[in-house]
Amino acid sequence: MRRTHTLRRFGITGRGLVVALPYVWLLLFFVVPFAIVLKISFSDVDLAIPPYKPLIEWTAKNALAIKINLNNYAFLFTDSLYLNALVNSIKVAFISTLLCLAVGYPMAYGIARSTPSTRNLLLLLVILPFWTSLLLRVYAWIGLLKANGVINNVLISLGLIHEPLTMLYTPFAMYVGIVYSYLPFMILPLYANLEKMDWQLLEAAEDLGCRPYQAFYKITLPLSRNGMLAGSMLVFIPAVGEFVIPALLGGPNALMIGRVLWDEFFSNRAWPVASAVAILLLIILVPFMMWYQSVQARESAGAR
Amino acid sequence: MNYRRSYFIITCIAFGFAFLYIPILSMVVFSFNASKLVTVWDSANSPTLKWYYSLLHNEEILDAAWISLKVAVINASGAVILGTLAGFGLARFTRFRGRFTLNAMTTAPLVMPEVITGLSLLLLFVAMEQLIGWPAGRGLTTMTIGHMTFSMAYVTVVVQSRLASFDTALEEAAMDLGARPLKVFFVITLPIIFPAILSGWLLAFTLSWDDLVISSFTSGPGSSTLPMVVFSKVRLGVSPEINVLATITITVVTLMIVAVSFWMARASRLEKAPV
Repeated sequence: MRRTHTLRRFGITGRGLVVALPYVWLLLFFVVPFAIVLKISFSDVDLAIPPYKPLIEWTAKNALAIKINLNNYAFLFTDSLYLNALVNSIKVAFISTLLCLAVGYPMAYGIARSTPSTRNLLLLLVILPFWTSLLLRVYAWIGLLKANGVINNVLISLGLIHEPLTMLYTPFAMYVGIVYSYLPFMILPLYANLEKMDWQLLEAAEDLGCRPYQAFYKITLPLSRNGMLAGSMLVFIPAVGEFVIPALLGGPNALMIGRVLWDEFFSNRAWPVASAVAILLLIILVPFMMWYQSVQARESAGAR
Repeated sequence: MNYRRSYFIITCIAFGFAFLYIPILSMVVFSFNASKLVTVWDSANSPTLKWYYSLLHNEEILDAAWISLKVAVINASGAVILGTLAGFGLARFTRFRGRFTLNAMTTAPLVMPEVITGLSLLLLFVAMEQLIGWPAGRGLTTMTIGHMTFSMAYVTVVVQSRLASFDTALEEAAMDLGARPLKVFFVITLPIIFPAILSGWLLAFTLSWDDLVISSFTSGPGSSTLPMVVFSKVRLGVSPEINVLATITITVVTLMIVAVSFWMARASRLEKAPV
């Protein structure tokens, strides 16, 4: 390899310095915090600042006492609220991912098959909403969906309905919000994947007598598997822990685990319980994150 | 390659973009509505700029915007340095100890639910304060550190993919001609990846400017950012001033993106042009 041969001149020290700063930063501010969350998830709630009891204490007899209790976890499994919220979050995230795929795939496909100039314009239009505040875009849906909102007003003036539909603060509103906010995350990896596709394969299949939908089903779909997986992970994983969308559109009964964590922390000041919720959520999501990383590695290996 | 598209695909694209843009357009339109009932168009007195006037005289929102701006600028500058180093290391050093960990640590923040990142950062700051007395309380510093941690991951991806698509021949030639690695980086590599660094900076700025969850966990008293103020207002219902804020945001972002993409398209044309 020519590249490694020449770059070897960088030497151990030069390389070390370049990588060390981001490495140490992420270790300190991204990895170590999880150890602390784990630690606090084992401690007791206390009426103090900060509101938890220390895990390690010097007792009166100068002995080191380590008190690990699993009460917080036991609590999560006895109170049905937490498990229901967790199951519901996974369900909502999963359905939203499928909806994003259903809406995003034809869009990514169409963009990848358009002329280069149209393609750049359409891509720009996909990316643009991503750059404007998520909070403001979710807020826009309140104005559209509420009882005297835009959609109801339009439907009533067209004479299609007589009573306004209840849409805001329902699961429907939450799904709309999640699909709307995460759609660019589905389209972009799908597009990046489809763009590299060799369309001559499709022509060859059709020359050999395949119907267009058969060619799509047998060639395009399997070849875009990694793009679909990457996009789905980018939607599913953050959607499980989503807070803003259920808080604004889902109404008081929208049980999402991110919101439960938020309320435990800010309303109940139950830091240890919130930590236990975070750990539980992590245990579920880490396998998906590792999956995502291996899909990414495969994609970039395929690109070279 | 043919650019043939079926009517089905064209319809899907049309509906998809309508879905993406109708909410944004509705905010723009209703920002000019005179009625306080936001979504009921008051045709007698509209369009009007009165909500623009009242937003620009709203002290709470202006103060919060100033805090957000400070955090976003410091965050973007720091995230660009960290993210460029990480992206450069991952793209150019094919093998080093800790490569796998660094790669994992820069991918995970992209998908990590924000409530987890926010909670863990706060608990870290509390533990550090107990242990070494720094940071004393929460505020701009802790918020900026939190933002840098997740936005540097985005910068890393942008820089890394730019470097991966770029041939190492120029860097090698410079080294063969006797340039020191540091000089090669500043004279050759940096100008090449400059568009990526610029878009990384803008991305980090926007991520910080928009962030609600991590800010809420890591901020202290008196350091409410713009999204925190907006969130507490929006929870109480729609407000015409928020439509104005959205319209201003959208206008600024659109102008910025269009300018940058024109500039980048021009740069890539120049790059491909024969010398």
